[in-house]
Amino acid sequence: MFEYAPAPESRSIVNIKPSYGLFINGSFVDGSSSFKTINPASEEVLSEVASADASDVDKAVKAARTAFSKTWGKMPGKERAKYLFRIARLIQERSRELAVLESLDNGKPIKESRDVDLPLVAAHFFYYAGWADKLGYAGFGPNPKPLGVAGQVIPWNFPLLMLAWKIAPALAAGNTVVLKPAETTPLTALLFAEICQQADLPPGVVNIVTGAGETGAAIVEHPDVNKVAFTGSTDVGRIIARAVAGTQKKVTLELGGKAANIIFEDAAIDQAVEGIVNGIFFNQGHVCCAGSRLLLQESIQDAVLEKLKRRMTTLRVGDPLDKNTDIGAINSAEQLSRIRTLSEIGESEGAEMWQAPCDLPAHGFWFRPTIFTGVSQAHRIAREEIFGPVLSVLTFRTPAEAVEKANNTPYGLSAGVWTEKGSRILQIADQLRAGVVWANTFNKFDPTAPFGGYKESGYGREGGRHGLEAYLAA
Amino acid sequence: MRLNVRKTYKLYIGGAFPRSESGRTYEVDGQNAALASRKDARDAVLAARAAFGKWSTATAYNRGQILYRAAEMLEARRSEFPAGEVDDAIDRLIWYAGWADKLAQVTGSANPVAAPYFNISSPEPSGVIAIAAPAGFLGLVNVIAPAIVSGNTCVVVTESAIEAITFAEVLATSDLPGGVVNILTGFAKEVAPWLASHDDVNGLDLTGVTDAELATELERQAADTLKRVIRPSTPKWTDDPGLGRMTAFLETKTVWHPKGV
Amino acid sequence: MVKRRLRLVNNAELTRILHGLPGVDKVGAEARAASLGTRSIKTTAKAWAIDTAIRMVDLTTLEGADTPGKVRALCAKARQPDPSDQTVPSVAAVCVYPSMVPTAAEALKGSGIHLASVATAFPSGQAPLSVKLDDTKAAVSAGADEIDMVISRGAFLAGRYLDVYDEIVEVKRACGDAHLKVILETGELATYDNVRRASWLAMLAGGDFIKTSTGKVTPAATLPVTLIMLEAVRDFLAETGRKVGVKPAGGIRTTKDAIKYLVMVNEVAGEGWLDPDWFRFGASTLLNDLLMQRHKLATGHYSGPDYFTLD
Repeated sequence: MFEYAPAPESRSIVNIKPSYGLFINGSFVDGSSSFKTINPASEEVLSEVASADASDVDKAVKAARTAFSKTWGKMPGKERAKYLFRIARLIQERSRELAVLESLDNGKPIKESRDVDLPLVAAHFFYYAGWADKLGYAGFGPNPKPLGVAGQVIPWNFPLLMLAWKIAPALAAGNTVVLKPAETTPLTALLFAEICQQADLPPGVVNIVTGAGETGAAIVEHPDVNKVAFTGSTDVGRIIARAVAGTQKKVTLELGGKAANIIFEDAAIDQAVEGIVNGIFFNQGHVCCAGSRLLLQESIQDAVLEKLKRRMTTLRVGDPLDKNTDIGAINSAEQLSRIRTLSEIGESEGAEMWQAPCDLPAHGFWFRPTIFTGVSQAHRIAREEIFGPVLSVLTFRTPAEAVEKANNTPYGLSAGVWTEKGSRILQIADQLRAGVVWANTFNKFDPTAPFGGYKESGYGREGGRHGLEAYLAA
Repeated sequence: MRLNVRKTYKLYIGGAFPRSESGRTYEVDGQNAALASRKDARDAVLAARAAFGKWSTATAYNRGQILYRAAEMLEARRSEFPAGEVDDAIDRLIWYAGWADKLAQVTGSANPVAAPYFNISSPEPSGVIAIAAPAGFLGLVNVIAPAIVSGNTCVVVTESAIEAITFAEVLATSDLPGGVVNILTGFAKEVAPWLASHDDVNGLDLTGVTDAELATELERQAADTLKRVIRPSTPKWTDDPGLGRMTAFLETKTVWHPKGV
Repeated sequence: MVKRRLRLVNNAELTRILHGLPGVDKVGAEARAASLGTRSIKTTAKAWAIDTAIRMVDLTTLEGADTPGKVRALCAKARQPDPSDQTVPSVAAVCVYPSMVPTAAEALKGSGIHLASVATAFPSGQAPLSVKLDDTKAAVSAGADEIDMVISRGAFLAGRYLDVYDEIVEVKRACGDAHLKVILETGELATYDNVRRASWLAMLAGGDFIKTSTGKVTPAATLPVTLIMLEAVRDFLAETGRKVGVKPAGGIRTTKDAIKYLVMVNEVAGEGWLDPDWFRFGASTLLNDLLMQRHKLATGHYSGPDYFTLD
């Protein structure tokens, strides 16, 4: 019997301070109150973080405005580029430290923070650094202008990666930013603030204000913010879209999803099973583009489910810092309770639940990799975003039925399609109403590839040339 | 002395010219025009949604041909339109007609991802667009053409009933499939809220809304289903419009596929 | 699909079966193999893995320059890999050319170590069937209890699957009680789809093991190729009830590599294959690295090549 011994990544590489202030105008300042951030894998308190109220946010916006008009907005693109390249390098140099801190604060496996999040974070800064002095070639006119101060609010599922997706294009385009990380995952954003200091980034160009929903609302509603960028739930996205109505603020929203992952009978089955697993269990299923609805062609339903279950028994759930952990902790007690509630609803609606047999740690927030079979489009677990390691399995008989079911949702962020037949891939990809279509793969990201949703999954794109549009005046 | 035959100005929904279900009319330039109601808006959205599938998957070449055909028809009937606007309207239609098969090349991209994947981004239409058109004929053409050239279908609310319905007759004889453009004559204040709050509308063009409070309220309603919104403005319609009106109602789809033998 | 006893009468039927297997997506398969390679095996798990790997080694010499002396030395090493440490287990088998089988049989007598011989005009397989069968029979009668045959890649790539099938069936018959390992020579099969088809072909024809490579062609064993073969034996067992072993051979030189393979066996085929009866490493230099790493684990300090025998 091959039992892997624990292989923990050392946490001594990070030095978490007992408390953190707000990063405004290049230095850390006290906030009016504070809150604790915990390690979701152990429930231990990691640090105490300042909470920004409306007046703190106002200071941050003023600092950003000043930096925009005095330094950053006037700086030649090639100089901005060098700052961004410098930040990218610093991220690479400190990537292990950032990865460990991300896993501690978020609960995601070190394997993912180390091999997925951090490389993408650095790549994102590198990519947009190169745009800073080439904006006239981006297709938005010969001399596009920045918008001014960007207010950015990001979620807890990919704390540092979402920061990169927001800050890199904003700065490259010449804007300054006030960014609020999620209240459960503020620490890597604060370490990023230290990296900005280390890079000698002019004060006020990047401001990090920590806090909960009210802090975010203060940013969104601040009259001197020119641009609002938000990633998070569709419900909050609606509130933001309402809040900016009647203003001249430009908005981009990257919201929820309920992606279909369609497996045709001629698919490369073993890779499809990997794609299913990666689609729903990557990052504990805390992924807006997760493949949470599996659509299996009826003829291969049994064979795929058998392989899927077998594969799920090899998933290792536990200590996020163990290098062999595949599935880490659920980010918060609140999220765990939502996952539990929706799973109970799934069972009460008559779907059949199956969970990978695995031991869960005694402390912290955990949920076993779970699949529901016998799910129909009418089930709540087929319609609502669970944002956890829970897969709803549905079936179809014809390509048309697969497309119809895939599109039968108010969301439209992503979709997957698996078949070895090229012409079918292209046709289905055309018909899917989703911003990202992964064909014979899933959950792949790249700074050059635009990402964003159709319908209630939001609007605007992040990544690629398209990602600049959100931060430039047309 | 022959008595001329007057035209009855009705709505334009699903390729047909029905009266308002409400039976109401209002007077424009001495003529009676149909006064569109909430239920007319509902019918128009249904017609627009029904037309979306075919129009959005028609070839770009075909859409360009049809817009060009509309310009030809307009040219032929130029005397029926305001003299100061019709030339620019024809030219603008032709300008947009040419965009149909270039938009994807200009707004799409091949993405050099750092892994062995074929990766391409291309634009797709958002769906059904509700448009509160600005007064006048040139403005009307300038908001309809960019919405539909990419494959969207639309429901237009306008007070300028005479030009709008005469233009509908142009569209109806241009091989434009019924339902791609639906025109509701009447008042934005009455009809637009039903469109802004309609779950099956994907985009909202508020260009013609002159009441700031109404515009804000409509934008708020649009937020419930995250509609793409163009805020009110008063552009000079003879200026180069840029891509903005087209890209506002485009989605970008990125497709990944592994490369391997 | 193949639950029924197969009586294959024509190439078309066999082609339909093999081409009906699910395809393999290269990028996805390689990504899966790479991700299994990132497992971190430490302390007790590593100690277990090293001893298991030693017990799975087919200690191999297949050189034109092989002599009885060299083969005897190899057999001594197979019995007792580390003369200074009696706790080191013996390897699974010694693998030699047919001409060396008598020497090896003598040297391994009473050890319980299997004696494998390559046969069937190794490594090219380019000889008449009668020669291949005589080659096999000679090795078996001289004392080999395992035969490593090569398939005709030329016939396979030309789509003459039935020829390959028939040849394996014939060689299997010639083997008598000896176990038959079928070398696919994956480095010449060009695609993972072909690796999967060749694996099924070899299993359908009665092979007891499927083996990646002769060691004479680059690339030899790789993790993705072994992944495809492990999936094949897993699926074949599920469909037919017959269990087939897997042997990656060539290019596996370090303990780190060997452990990656064991992790793959564990997670893809399952722990039922984590046994020398069902998984082997065709290797020569690997053994010394396993011994060095074993020494490091036991003593806490690094060792050097001078402290382990060269054979």
